[in-house]
Amino acid sequence: MSQAWLPLVTLATSLLVVPLIFALPERAWGARTVLNLGAALLKVLLVALMVWGLYQGESFHFSFTVVQGVTFLLQVDALGLMFAGLSSLLWLATTVYAIGYLEDSPNRKRFFGFFSLCVASTVGIALAGNLFTFLLFYELLTLSTYPLVVHRGHTKALDAGTTYLRYTLTGGLMLLLGVVALHVMVGDVTFGEREMLADLGPDAHGLLTVLFLILLVGLGVKAALVPLHGWLPRAMVAPAPVSALLHAVAVVKAGAFGIVRLVYDVYGISLTYELGLLTLLAVIATITILYGSIRALAQQELKPRLAYSTISQVSYIVLGISLFGPFGTVAGLVHLMHQGLMKVTLFYCAGNYAEELGIHRIDELNGAGRRMPLTSIAFTVGALGMIGLPPVAGFISKWYLGMGAVQANMPWVIAVLVVSSLLNAAYFLPILYRLWFRPGPAHGVGEWPDERRLGRFETSGWLLWPAVATAVFSVMVGLLAGVPFSPLDLATFVTAEEYLP
Amino acid sequence: MIERLGLLIPASSESGDLGAVLSLLAAPLVMGVLASLWRPQHSWPVALLSLLPIATLALLAHQVLAADGQAWLIELGALTLHWRANGLTLLLLLLTQVVSLASAAYAPAYLRTEIGSHGGQVWLWPLQGLLLSSLSLIWLAGDLLSLYVGLELMGLAAVGLMLLPGRVDALAAGMRYLLLALVGSLAFLLGVSLLLGAWARLDLAGLAQVAEPGIVLWVSVALLSAGLLLKAAAFPLHAWLAPVHGSAWTPVSALHAALVVKGSFFIALQLWLVLVPDAQVAAWLVGAMGGTAVVWGGLLAWRSAKLKEVVAWSTVSQIGYLLLGFSLLIGTSPSVTAVAWEATWLQLAAHSLAKAGMFLATGNLIFSTGESHVKGLAGASRRMPLSLLSFGIAAISLIGLPPSAGFTAKWLLLHASLEAGYWLWMVALALGTLLSGAYIFRVFRYSFVEDAEPLDYRRVPWSMELFALLLALSSLLLGLVAEWPLSLLRPAGGGP
Repeated sequence: MSQAWLPLVTLATSLLVVPLIFALPERAWGARTVLNLGAALLKVLLVALMVWGLYQGESFHFSFTVVQGVTFLLQVDALGLMFAGLSSLLWLATTVYAIGYLEDSPNRKRFFGFFSLCVASTVGIALAGNLFTFLLFYELLTLSTYPLVVHRGHTKALDAGTTYLRYTLTGGLMLLLGVVALHVMVGDVTFGEREMLADLGPDAHGLLTVLFLILLVGLGVKAALVPLHGWLPRAMVAPAPVSALLHAVAVVKAGAFGIVRLVYDVYGISLTYELGLLTLLAVIATITILYGSIRALAQQELKPRLAYSTISQVSYIVLGISLFGPFGTVAGLVHLMHQGLMKVTLFYCAGNYAEELGIHRIDELNGAGRRMPLTSIAFTVGALGMIGLPPVAGFISKWYLGMGAVQANMPWVIAVLVVSSLLNAAYFLPILYRLWFRPGPAHGVGEWPDERRLGRFETSGWLLWPAVATAVFSVMVGLLAGVPFSPLDLATFVTAEEYLP
Repeated sequence: MIERLGLLIPASSESGDLGAVLSLLAAPLVMGVLASLWRPQHSWPVALLSLLPIATLALLAHQVLAADGQAWLIELGALTLHWRANGLTLLLLLLTQVVSLASAAYAPAYLRTEIGSHGGQVWLWPLQGLLLSSLSLIWLAGDLLSLYVGLELMGLAAVGLMLLPGRVDALAAGMRYLLLALVGSLAFLLGVSLLLGAWARLDLAGLAQVAEPGIVLWVSVALLSAGLLLKAAAFPLHAWLAPVHGSAWTPVSALHAALVVKGSFFIALQLWLVLVPDAQVAAWLVGAMGGTAVVWGGLLAWRSAKLKEVVAWSTVSQIGYLLLGFSLLIGTSPSVTAVAWEATWLQLAAHSLAKAGMFLATGNLIFSTGESHVKGLAGASRRMPLSLLSFGIAAISLIGLPPSAGFTAKWLLLHASLEAGYWLWMVALALGTLLSGAYIFRVFRYSFVEDAEPLDYRRVPWSMELFALLLALSSLLLGLVAEWPLSLLRPAGGGP
């Protein structure tokens, strides 16, 4: 049974919101809020429907011809649904957060318009059924995030925006060249038809390797693989909800998701292995993981430290898929979800500290746990998860990564994991120590940089509850990893499709 | 290739068939004259009346599509005119109608608010009508005489439109344009007379059969191309374009960049395909000119200080994409030609719609802020004016980002270049994308500045906003539904 409308409607929920938001006047706060939240809720519902349908064995297709030989194809598979689920869930949380965060600031209409467009692009990326459609939304994502990055409009933000565009437009161009080349070779590259390239035979292997590298550069820019990561720390000047979205679902994750698609659904894991490209991926991922962690250690401000930590953490996904064998695949895919949940929590918390207490530097955090207990607990959960402590989600990722390394017969990866976990601990534990154990303004020592009492609780409810919710989710997906519909279950589902003929 | 141009369609004997064509050619002219008598104050009567020529086009399309192309022979004493229409002709006619409709409907509010009573605004309407009629003649013509008449009338109408503002800079730019247009026409006329002297006929289908490679053919094609490429602002004959646009009225600039340069390009490409279909090396050279134009135009647009100059230089760069078509269509394998054929026409349509939309949007931005410099836009996005959005949407197509028609066209161009093995063209396309990204986002960067002094905004009349937005949106959406217009190109050409 095939239903065309469901993926289309899911895409339309956020796409159609865009003109509506632009049509509303700037001061129509209430209407905009209802519109944003309504669309976000509706999308979570629709994605849930598709997950249900997929488990029932239904398939969802929507396609039309763009030009001869090129089709626009929306298609639902387990991998895409994982990403769509992540983005719809985090969109809901981030919308709530952004409404609170941007209260009384100028240009909210512009912000929410492009914000919705950005989410529409991620859903498009998730549901894209072939390389052409993927490319379409991948580029749309670049366009829609630029106004968000430069939102503040000061020189630093504008410069960051320019850097961002330099990297992403060039990356997009590389991707375009690679996709067109593949298209000339084999026609429309539909995800899931892996035999296409494998059937070309050994003569084409040289060319395929070159194309893989071109595509990898195109995707690696967004995934912030070293040395293509330069834009990410600078894009930190964007407002906190944007950073959260950029790091957890939108840009960085779109790049990582693209690499997953490239390896599993375009080339196929066997062909990638045959071409020797998995080892290359593992090496790049290792370098990125270690480099990101070391740079994170050197940062004195909270958001840049989180930014470098993202560079390192996203490469776990790449490392996971570079391990040939089911466990590695599960690890990579499940981390796609877990990292999103944990990182978004951390960014919400960083935003809360900045908004409520004016804290930007790590050494200003002393004793903040007493002043803002819920935020700090959420931060702690996220940080411990990143280090990989059970029962938070990050533990599951690292456990499967380790097993994958053994299965792929690459024991050195375990050493990388140990070193990286130690580095993670080295840059997160001092923060936790300051939060909970160092006396600060809350104990009568010194003063907060810029304290505002934003709400009844420790801060405004709009800011607090999203952070708490995602923290709870991070623990839940770790604790309930074995339950149906959990990220681990979905990842196993995808892996079974990949390795079983 | 000649069958794709529809030149081999046998002429029908009945003279009654001519009705639709003649009314299509006459309608804009008549309406232009009428509009100068009763000057329209609002855009709705203009838009409503512009539906009339579109209706005649629909009638023609009905006839042509039913017969899979149609051709007419018109005897005027000793002269015989050959006209034809196929899917391509219909598409070009439709494009012309749509762009002129938008530009004409934009004009009343523009004249009322921006120009006032001075300037020769009575002449705008008949000149626009003449331009539209002559362009339609160019798309329909199948012989060199009709083409020459169409080209001359189009050139004169364009010069007239450029001179309308009546200011010194407009007069200077307009006169320079007139001079160039005359030189171009002279070269064209010389080429035509050489051909006529050598083979004693002017119909393209006949010439394609009798013309033999040799010095006469080469010299005449060189003369014809030089004249046409000068008019099309092809690199390196492009220098006149930016000053002309700087001083012209906004709807005139839109018409000129979107359609007039395309008319010359179309004739040039058609003549090459008919007369020298195997001149691979020469076509490659034209392609190389195109590649250089892409890069050079992009660089100059990036450096321009004024908004209108950015848009004008981007035309030079975009015409370069079209010139690549020469090399991909001539002397390449059939599978490459099939892709390049669609790429060329889609690029032409994409650029026309996007550039016309962008000129109108730029006019609005200048109108509302009173600033003609890029720097003057500082902080413009705070008000989120609709014109900035229209500008951005048109820009997406010019840069060639999805889902715009510009993107789909670039995809096809890349496809054709790769298949033909022209690596250099891929480099040119890539550089063109990056450069156009650079000059567009330079404009946007200024618009996002927050700490600028607040600008003194004038409210833009809604009709001016609307038609800029509609054109921009059409260039964006055409990318996804490109299959429909492109499918018209196929059956009418008769097989691959």
